[in-house]
Amino acid sequence: MEATAVKKYTYKDFVSDQEVRWCPGCDDYVILNSMQKALPEMGVEKENVVFVSGIGCSSRFPYYMNTYGVHSIHGRAPGIASGVKLANPNLSVWIITGDGDAMAIGGNHFIHVLRRNIDLNIVLFNNEIYGLTKGQFSPTSLVGQKTKSSPYGNTQPPFSPGELALGANARFYARIGGNNPKAMTQIFIEAHRFKGTSLIEVLQNCVIFNDGCFTDVTDKEVKDDRQIYLEHGKPMIFGKNSEKGLVLKGLKLEVVIIGENGITEKDLLVHDAKEKDPTLHQMLVRLEYPIATGIIRAFDDVTLEEREDELTKKIKANSKYKKTDDLFFSGETYEVK
Amino acid sequence: MSIESKTLQPEELQAVVIRFVGDSGDGMQLTGTQFSDTSAMFGNDIATFPNYPSEIRAPQGSLYGVSGFQVHIGSVEVSTPGDSVDLLVAMNPAALKTNLYALKPGHTIIVDKDSFNKKNLEKAFYTTNPLEDGSLEGYRVIEVDMSTLTKEALKDVAGLDNKAITRSKNMFALGMVYWMYNRSTDHTVDFFNKKFKNKPELVEANTKVLNAGFYFAETLELIPNSFTVSPAKMKPGTYRIIMGNTATAWGLLAASEKSGLELFLGSYPITPATDILHELVKHKHFGVKAFQAEDEIAGITSAIGAAFAGDLAITTTSGPGLALKGEALGLAMMIELPLVVINVQRGGPSTGLPTKTEQSDLLQAMYGRNGESPVIVIAAGTPADCFNFAYEAARLALEHMTPVVLLTDGYIANGSAPWKIKSVAEMPEIKNRKVTKAVENWHPYNRDPKTLARDWAVPGTPGLEHRVGGLEKDSVTGDVNYVPENHQVMTNTRAEKIKRVQDNIPDLKVEYAQEGDLLVVGWGGTYGTLHSAVKEITEEGYKNIGFAHFNYINPMPKNTEEVFKKFKKIIVCELNSGQFAFILRANFGKFDFQQINKVQGLPFSNDELIQKFKQLL
Ligand SMILES: Cc1ncc(C[n+]2csc(CCOP(=O)(O)OP(=O)(O)O)c2C)c(N)n1
Ligand code: SF4
Ligand SMILES: [Mg+2]
Repeated sequence: MEATAVKKYTYKDFVSDQEVRWCPGCDDYVILNSMQKALPEMGVEKENVVFVSGIGCSSRFPYYMNTYGVHSIHGRAPGIASGVKLANPNLSVWIITGDGDAMAIGGNHFIHVLRRNIDLNIVLFNNEIYGLTKGQFSPTSLVGQKTKSSPYGNTQPPFSPGELALGANARFYARIGGNNPKAMTQIFIEAHRFKGTSLIEVLQNCVIFNDGCFTDVTDKEVKDDRQIYLEHGKPMIFGKNSEKGLVLKGLKLEVVIIGENGITEKDLLVHDAKEKDPTLHQMLVRLEYPIATGIIRAFDDVTLEEREDELTKKIKANSKYKKTDDLFFSGETYEVK
Repeated sequence: MSIESKTLQPEELQAVVIRFVGDSGDGMQLTGTQFSDTSAMFGNDIATFPNYPSEIRAPQGSLYGVSGFQVHIGSVEVSTPGDSVDLLVAMNPAALKTNLYALKPGHTIIVDKDSFNKKNLEKAFYTTNPLEDGSLEGYRVIEVDMSTLTKEALKDVAGLDNKAITRSKNMFALGMVYWMYNRSTDHTVDFFNKKFKNKPELVEANTKVLNAGFYFAETLELIPNSFTVSPAKMKPGTYRIIMGNTATAWGLLAASEKSGLELFLGSYPITPATDILHELVKHKHFGVKAFQAEDEIAGITSAIGAAFAGDLAITTTSGPGLALKGEALGLAMMIELPLVVINVQRGGPSTGLPTKTEQSDLLQAMYGRNGESPVIVIAAGTPADCFNFAYEAARLALEHMTPVVLLTDGYIANGSAPWKIKSVAEMPEIKNRKVTKAVENWHPYNRDPKTLARDWAVPGTPGLEHRVGGLEKDSVTGDVNYVPENHQVMTNTRAEKIKRVQDNIPDLKVEYAQEGDLLVVGWGGTYGTLHSAVKEITEEGYKNIGFAHFNYINPMPKNTEEVFKKFKKIIVCELNSGQFAFILRANFGKFDFQQINKVQGLPFSNDELIQKFKQLL
């Protein structure tokens, strides 16, 4: 099912017959299109793809994909997706979730699915608001944010999804602007190829209830200066003219200008997404200027299903029980004549 | 070496209840299991019930650290572990104090006299020694210096530390009881040989102590006679002693093999259901995928995912866990996937009485979800019955594409009884609704016109890609649909689908009188207690009492009304305040249902049932 297979599908093959019902201008459309473009590139058979979502605007997603799908209940997609994948490890299984779905009601499942490292892909639509229920603050809303349920400003400090994920031992974490379909498509393909749980946080604009929540980092005008797009093995450079970079100074990341104070490209940090130690990945996740995007962490690790499979094979090979009869009639039995 | 008793002509008894009690560390579970296994192999019918302390490591000698094991053996059919006890074996003062209430007046107590020292008496809050103060006058007390005699028996065995010596005194007690009930020590000696294969000194030590107890009883003048309980008349075949929870797990294994589907279990530990998880995780050799989830919700949702992907999916829990699973169970009902939900009921509400039994989750199983969401509800009656009903739950789920809630309870889950082993070959066929090839114009909610069960197309099947979800769906296409008439159609269809399960389940059976004055009605885990009470009263000469026990609750058997019609009075007995009676009234309003209810965390006792039945006759 890997990418070597002949390209069988086009974008259209993944478009379902259902009318898309998101608000015009919502970033959710960008995510949908990017996914429909990414799938033909993955080389996976259409019947082997499953989308599982919770509840929210974002969670309508499976209805629009012409694959197998489950639109489930609020916060519980990780459980369902885990069951699908453990039942049939040949499937490419995707969890579609929102900031409330994943980190409020589904917070417990979210951290545990990351910890276990089943080969699943999670797309987190982070719009820092509850969209579907019409605009209450979410666990990623900012302090002071005025919403329907915080008319005088939100008083609850937020989670950073990336920090939470790395704290839960996520092996793969990427962050991408909701207005960047090209990079998003590529990240989806990489996430599919990555063996283990991949988490992709999309900074998703909600035009209705939280419009502009990410414009200061994602807007075309500012994005090159405000974002650093990380690529494994490449130096950490950003800026409109690629004139800035990141170095490590003491225990902090620092922005430097190439050419100033004798700094050359060679002095910059080189991104190592595959490093097991997440310290530097955590620092990148926390960085406020520039905001790190791209694949921040992609540490290869054994998956749960690999462990299970190995155990099962070993036990099957050595067991004296081939059929249930062998078990039922074994040990302490006795005859009544 | 093993021995047989040949001395006295033993007195013949029909049935005997023995309770072994001691400190958690005294090995009472093992002692009880050995006695019951030996008796079963001798041919007795048996029923057992363990009683563990809820503390994991209670202080030694304390009242709440007492662990017990009760066994009922009979030359006649035995269907409960018994109410009152004929022989109490108490290994310390705390055990005596907490269990004396159960002993029949005038019956026998065996105590380890050595353990009745100042320290242990204080721990049991005895101000005077009951062995000396005359308080046990109404019983026959056999005082034995068990610890001393055990040490004595082991003085020549090398390589034993003090702990190993004190630990084997339970075998002294067992040896004595074997002699008293005219049993051979063979089975237990075999057991030592297997269990301590690599520790010959322990085989020797335990065998010596067991024999010492046996000979001690034989020569002891305090025990004037021995008893025997002849083999019971049981159907010929191969048997084993099985615990309810194990039987449940094995029924699922059998269903997996018969249906050709892999078994997936998503579960979160909770008393008294955890042993099903413990059992199923052992069976990776059968391809069992057992997933211990982060909570009950993930337990059921992972099972729903596995069901969507084509496995035989199970989730196991007890009351509080079923509450957490409610929303997801509604989803499984809505997307019409096969799913077995097992609730081993315990005392509620809230955390309630985790280690005690009750039948108070019936209405939760029936109605504990938002919206109108009917599911199949069935209940097992006895420990061995758990095998059949776990299998049946899987069969019905797969054939009708619906969640099935199977109710068992702490009493039958932890109790054990002989099980005439069933080979998978003897079990009924299990069909499923999988569609494996693309069909023109196929919709996920295509239904079997007879059962209304929908098609099951699993991921990996080309051409059948589809989406399901919790939103209401069009009755034809399965697409999201909020049209009022469509919602009515779908609501009716979901209800009708469960109703039609009636065509796929057996009729309600009546035992004893087929018509008459009084019909005793029960459901689930009270089968044993109700059955033995009706049997006893019938044998006393009351010929007009019948007994109908429900295993199928939603839907109920087709002939239910016919059965009710044949009796003048109906009494519904259950371990709750009247939940099944409530359902019966809603469905069969023209009958008058009387009730016997008990909510004490305990099963019914024979006496209380018989007394109430007599009042109605
Ligand atoms: C058990 C339950 N509680 C509450 C809701 C109501 N609800 C639906 S979506 C939602 C929040 C969704 O927010 P988010 O996950 O951020 O998704 P978005 O709509 O922003 O994409 C809530 C509270 C529900 N459907 N189910
Ligand atoms: S409410 Fe916001 S998130 Fe939901 S569809 Fe509209 S714009 Fe998108
Ligand atoms: Mg949101």
